[in-house]
Amino acid sequence: MKASHLGRSAAVLAIGTLALTACGSDNATGNGSGSETGAAAGSVSGTLTGIGSSAQNAAMTAWQNGFQEANSGATVQYSPDGSGAGREAFVAGGADFAGSDAYLDDEEYEASKEVCGPEGAFHVPAYISPIAVAFNLPGVETVNMDGETIAQVFTGEIKTWNNPAIADQNPEADLPDTPITVVHRNDESGTTENFQEYLAAAAPEVWTEEVSGNWPSQWAAENNKGTAGVVQSTNATEGAITYADASAVGDLGTVAVGVGEEYVPYSSEAAAKAVEASTPVEGRAEYDMAMDLERDTTESGAYPIVLVSYEIFCPQYDSQETADLAKAFGSYMVSEEGQQTAADAAGSAPMSETLRTRAQEALDRITVAG
Amino acid sequence: MSTTVTTKKSAAGGKAGDSVFSGLSLGAGVLILAVLAAVALFLFMQALPTFQAPAEDVSGGEGFFAYIWPLVIGTVIAAVIALAIATPIGVLVALYISHYAPARIAKPVAYVIDLLAAIPSVIYGAWGTTVLASSLVPLYGWLAENFGFIPIFSGPASQTGKTILTAGVVLAIMILPIITAMSREIFVQTPKLHEEAALALGATRWEMIRMTVLPFARPGIISSVMLALGRALGETMAVALVLSSGPLTASLLQSGNQTIAAEIALNFPEAYGLRLSELIAAGLVLFLITLVVNMIARAIITRYKEFSGAN
Repeated sequence: MKASHLGRSAAVLAIGTLALTACGSDNATGNGSGSETGAAAGSVSGTLTGIGSSAQNAAMTAWQNGFQEANSGATVQYSPDGSGAGREAFVAGGADFAGSDAYLDDEEYEASKEVCGPEGAFHVPAYISPIAVAFNLPGVETVNMDGETIAQVFTGEIKTWNNPAIADQNPEADLPDTPITVVHRNDESGTTENFQEYLAAAAPEVWTEEVSGNWPSQWAAENNKGTAGVVQSTNATEGAITYADASAVGDLGTVAVGVGEEYVPYSSEAAAKAVEASTPVEGRAEYDMAMDLERDTTESGAYPIVLVSYEIFCPQYDSQETADLAKAFGSYMVSEEGQQTAADAAGSAPMSETLRTRAQEALDRITVAG
Repeated sequence: MSTTVTTKKSAAGGKAGDSVFSGLSLGAGVLILAVLAAVALFLFMQALPTFQAPAEDVSGGEGFFAYIWPLVIGTVIAAVIALAIATPIGVLVALYISHYAPARIAKPVAYVIDLLAAIPSVIYGAWGTTVLASSLVPLYGWLAENFGFIPIFSGPASQTGKTILTAGVVLAIMILPIITAMSREIFVQTPKLHEEAALALGATRWEMIRMTVLPFARPGIISSVMLALGRALGETMAVALVLSSGPLTASLLQSGNQTIAAEIALNFPEAYGLRLSELIAAGLVLFLITLVVNMIARAIITRYKEFSGAN
């Protein structure tokens, strides 16, 4: 407990915007005995290498800049080769941390014990982004749809906006007979995968295809590249509907998603609520934050279409320098400042206070091996 | 005495220069072949796991051939549309510049067309998807309504206009400067004597062009078209942005189809393991297609050269 407390204060020092020239005296007043974490509090130095998700790239760039500004001796390298490549490199010891849209599966987790010590790697959900279902209908700002209706729209079963399945859920809205044009991503993406996970959980009878990062060709419709692309296509086409990172949908109308008896519009708070209500993955260290989101949750006020992307760290590193660096960088990412930086740069939803505290406790475990 | 010494020296220097230069050009030739061989070898080695993998593990679950076949067709469709539009326009523009336009206009027109080649393809893609696609929607609707009985125009037309036809139009604009610039260079090299002889025999300007310029320039036009085809086959970003990709579809007015280059670009960032190997195998197929196209072009050009009457 004491160690973790020390670690946290040390990390706060490291990430703070305090003038670094004063760090020597800060250490002295902070706690002289904290030699283990003391280095993290001062100017951490060295190079930390990460490989992983391209979805996190914008946030990661902002984190790198923010962190390196505060720690002039430290360099963080991140190569957005993809989540799978990141996990593969990480468990093989080729990277100090991985960014991944999915947690390590059991096999990878076992393999991670080779490089991370007996406890295996752990996950921190530093990048959370609600996915909005957005549409272009002039004069209509929000439409209520339950999971099954959304799945039927995206599989092309429901073809017009005034279809009874939609109209019944929106007695007050005046829906036109405009044909629905579905717009999806044409590049492989974590957004697509998370959206499909939701559809498969909420409407298993409609969404029968296997969940993947690519849109199934069976239901291929209009598509475009990247978040900006699908939003642009939707903006240009009346009656179009798409799914995209909530921060990017701009003036488009959005769907309030049916959860239990109510309809929940997306918001950072609702997304964080869904993450908090998720179940931890079994068989991992108790501080690990790998989780299975309950897409079919009935929790009031939770927005279930969320993309959670993890940073994967080792609890033990071979050298003191890497351990300090990993702890300091991880702490910066989950700090209030770091989360705000990512929200500004990439439009993610900041982690809730509860999640940040848990993440910081996990990161405080990082030590040098031996 | 002194004169002989100088001659000897210059002769010796000339000899050295000769061997150095021939060595350099040989080196350059060997280098390009070595690079080509290295690329082919890399593609083949990286693609190998795909050919060895069981069919159900490859994307689509029916083996690599079933996966790549629609992409090959899609690539060819897009390139054919682009060539069908760009070849006549490009040749006509080149003829206008070389034989019709007054010099005062010809220069700026040629310059502006060359400028098209300097625009990055991502700009073409962005323009195609934001401006061109949506403005073609009414035309596609009209085509589907009136010519829907022809399979390639069957409806319902795409509401976003992001179809293979739009992608073909964007590609056509991109390859236009290649065809125009090369054809123009060839047209102005037509022997003046041939042209004047034709005019002297009473030919009109069109007859003169048909009898002297076009036969002389035919191999040049073909090689410009082949170079343009190479670009159209390999163009990545513009297609990735403009096309609403999907399974193989006959209709050019609906979303669907995909090209090899765009498929690679869109899936590469998150690919690993077998998927990565599949994409590289797709690249190998594109490499082979381009190679075959170029060899055919070479054969055609050598055939025509003998009869061009240029010599």
